[in-house]
Amino acid sequence: MATTPKPEETAKIDHRSPLFEKGWMDKPAEPKPGIFCYGSKPKNLEYVGMPFPKEWNPADEDWQLPENWKEIIEEGFKDRLDRFRSLKLFMDICVRCGACADKCHFFIGSGDPKNMPVLRAELLRSVYRKKFTTGGKLLGKFGGGRELTEDVLKEWWYYLYQCSECRRCSLFCPYGIDTAEVTILGRELTNLLGLNTDWIAAPVANCYRTGNHLGIQPHAYKDMLDFFTDEIEDITGIRMEQDMNRKGAEILFVTPSGDVFADPGTYTCMGYMMLFHYLKSLGLDITWSTYASEGGNFGYFTSHEMAKRLNAKMYAEAKRLGVKWILGGECGHMWRVLNQYMDTFNGPPDFLEEPVSPLTGTKFENAKATKMVHLVEFTADLIKHNKLKLDPSRNDNLVVTFHDSCNTARGMGFFEEPRYVIKSVCNHFYEMPSETIREQTFCCGSGSGLNAGEDMELRMRGGLPRANAVKYVHEKHGVNMLSCICAIDRAVFPDLLRYWVPGVEVTGVHEMVANALVFEGEQKRTTDLRGEPLPGMEDEEDV
Amino acid sequence: MSIIVSSLAVLVVVAIPWIGVGALDLRVLFGIVIPYAAMATFFVGIVVRVIDWGRSPVPFRIPTTAGQEWSFPWIKRNPVDNPKGLGGVIVRMLFEVLTFRSLFRNTRLEYRRVDGVPKIDYEWEKWLWLAAILFHYSFLVIFIRHFRFFMEPVPGFVTLLQNLDGFMQMGAAPFNGFGLPGVYLTDMLLMAAVTWLLVRRILYSQMRYISLPSDYFPLFLILSLGFSGMLMRYLFRVDVTKVKELAIGLFKFSPTVPEGIGVIFFIHLFILCVLIAYFPFSKLMHLAGVFLSPTRNLSNNSRFVRHVNPWSYPVPTHTYEEYEDEFREHMIEAGLPVEKGADATAGSEEKE
Ligand code: SF4
Ligand code: SF4
Repeated sequence: MATTPKPEETAKIDHRSPLFEKGWMDKPAEPKPGIFCYGSKPKNLEYVGMPFPKEWNPADEDWQLPENWKEIIEEGFKDRLDRFRSLKLFMDICVRCGACADKCHFFIGSGDPKNMPVLRAELLRSVYRKKFTTGGKLLGKFGGGRELTEDVLKEWWYYLYQCSECRRCSLFCPYGIDTAEVTILGRELTNLLGLNTDWIAAPVANCYRTGNHLGIQPHAYKDMLDFFTDEIEDITGIRMEQDMNRKGAEILFVTPSGDVFADPGTYTCMGYMMLFHYLKSLGLDITWSTYASEGGNFGYFTSHEMAKRLNAKMYAEAKRLGVKWILGGECGHMWRVLNQYMDTFNGPPDFLEEPVSPLTGTKFENAKATKMVHLVEFTADLIKHNKLKLDPSRNDNLVVTFHDSCNTARGMGFFEEPRYVIKSVCNHFYEMPSETIREQTFCCGSGSGLNAGEDMELRMRGGLPRANAVKYVHEKHGVNMLSCICAIDRAVFPDLLRYWVPGVEVTGVHEMVANALVFEGEQKRTTDLRGEPLPGMEDEEDV
Repeated sequence: MSIIVSSLAVLVVVAIPWIGVGALDLRVLFGIVIPYAAMATFFVGIVVRVIDWGRSPVPFRIPTTAGQEWSFPWIKRNPVDNPKGLGGVIVRMLFEVLTFRSLFRNTRLEYRRVDGVPKIDYEWEKWLWLAAILFHYSFLVIFIRHFRFFMEPVPGFVTLLQNLDGFMQMGAAPFNGFGLPGVYLTDMLLMAAVTWLLVRRILYSQMRYISLPSDYFPLFLILSLGFSGMLMRYLFRVDVTKVKELAIGLFKFSPTVPEGIGVIFFIHLFILCVLIAYFPFSKLMHLAGVFLSPTRNLSNNSRFVRHVNPWSYPVPTHTYEEYEDEFREHMIEAGLPVEKGADATAGSEEKE
């Protein structure tokens, strides 16, 4: 594993390229340890039947490409041009105006000019022109065309796996060119040759087999919830057992498995459990599933087909259990997939009913087709209808800001609901600068399967713009807690903030909800879910 | 490199009619054949391209959501940037096409280090938007103004536009009083905007890095188009009546080339022909492409309206039965409900 340079080193970035230099087409990529992830392991590809499994290392000279690799790529490219108007159009209409150039967090944090979104897409476009357009064929380099060589393929791979598919570039492009879409389809091409990263391939195989990325088997999953039940009992004095795989429940709950197994997501998971218990006596009938125990979808970082294969479990499980609708936890790309693809992939879910909150009677009309409601939506509705007794002062030790995850932001437009919930459960909330939130939000730098340990330098660089905005509110308002509604965020921000902004922790929204939630008959709470003393409580005891 | 290649290419473009008409007197070729060929290429090319794009389906609904989605009645949504239905999409597209809304959002990165600590700011940056919008609108006005050359009688709105455009004639412009015609505002704006777009490409290292010959080429072409047009208007005056005769002939499909039109006109015309013939093969197709862009012209409604993928096919999935077969014993031990009893496990093969 590469050592990650110190922040002062990392911060030495120059965004200007020298005046006279060779054009980018003539400079092959130089893969740098710390910037890329390990290659996919054969057993993970084999498990899901992906082509060309092999033991390979991106740092090696030889990538063990099959004999006819060029034809495979060109065939695959053509096939996708015919199936996706987005790709064809985005290959053709970029005017290289540069509006997107300085919008990518990976460019901002690395200064590598090939991380400008326009250039990232040009890497593919150049080959596209040469192969599929008259102008490119005739004019060659003058027309911006370039032969597909092994160097070019390696360059593709290197830069396609330096894009977190966050779509920030798309927002600023006058034609809506979405480099994330180009990345997604470009990655599909690399997968045709067995070239993915193991940090993506392993979760895909795990999810296929056990239902979740971490490969947690059903009994272990249950153990974990039991463990949280004990923890919650210690804090509140109430035992909050959860239902699992229960047929006939009204609602199926699906959340990213990161919440179940990694801090600080686990606190958010405890938050879900507490909320569900709170609502049980009011008529909530909900179950968790071990088979569909993953909301996130790493298949989406492999190919549309793999995303569809993994996504299928949610509806299948809903059908088997006979629930009426599905509730989804706090997750980023999970919601992008649910919002943009789920019904198209695996619908229509006509065995389900249009979601209605059993507690408020609110019809979730915006989820009429997918039958899948966002937990934060659900909670916001509860709060709006005064269904929850909340004591926001229990979060008074927190000065909170909110990170819009790129997927719920630019892939959904989910901005107000989380803010409404947060403001209802805590008293100190500050926004980061407006050009870094909502639709202009910056990626955590580790999305789309880049959250491995071996590419830490890339992640610290990519997360710099986000961290910089957090630093701003940390210094200005004393913000000490970054809240988010994405499991990857919860997994990767602690490292990022420790690196750039020590002193700021990370939380999910439902952790704060659960802290504030006042239960009938609970023991006096002296700590929050993390076991940290609650503000004011210790003083009262002293008196 | 790219700049040199493309400026040479444009010089060639200028030289061809100069020699062709000036020296060889190929008036019919440059006045009739080439314009027709160029126009045919333009229209056929665009249609073919658009049909080609249209043939690829839009399998998924992938709008970029730039505002609050439609959810609860008590949450203020953004119907334009995150449209729910057709109406919102139309407004969004109008904003996009008429005001270059996305480009208007543009900011510029300011990266500094203060004592080794990075400070990132996003500066106001509207120049690109301004240049782009001035350029496109000036071009449009100039285009409409040219109607007076090939329409008889000249439509009223053209005259009106022309007068508005030429209001500098009122005496403010320095050229007046030298016996020169009034200066058109749009001529100036167009040239200024295109010059800025060009200078920007050369000056900013990021722009220089991403620019291809095919980025400079159209800029040079448009610059020389404007320049030759202005030369014609302000210096080497050509016989407008004869030009008009030619233009109307072209549009009535009974073309003739009147004698006595200056070479400069043929240069102007030829540049135009090259531009429009080049159009369908180049990035200039963004003109048509912007309307088809799936991130802008789709509504964000896939959670409540079903969207069908025309090439969707069944995929292998890992079924619950297979899953339970593999983990049944563990599940029973953990007290999780199962479909089949413990003895079912014995019959099925264990994977691990
Ligand atoms: S903003 Fe759009 S058109 Fe401009 S360079 Fe980027 S992708 Fe190309
Ligand atoms: S999608 Fe995000 S990470 Fe990828 S090029 Fe665009 S801004 Fe960069």
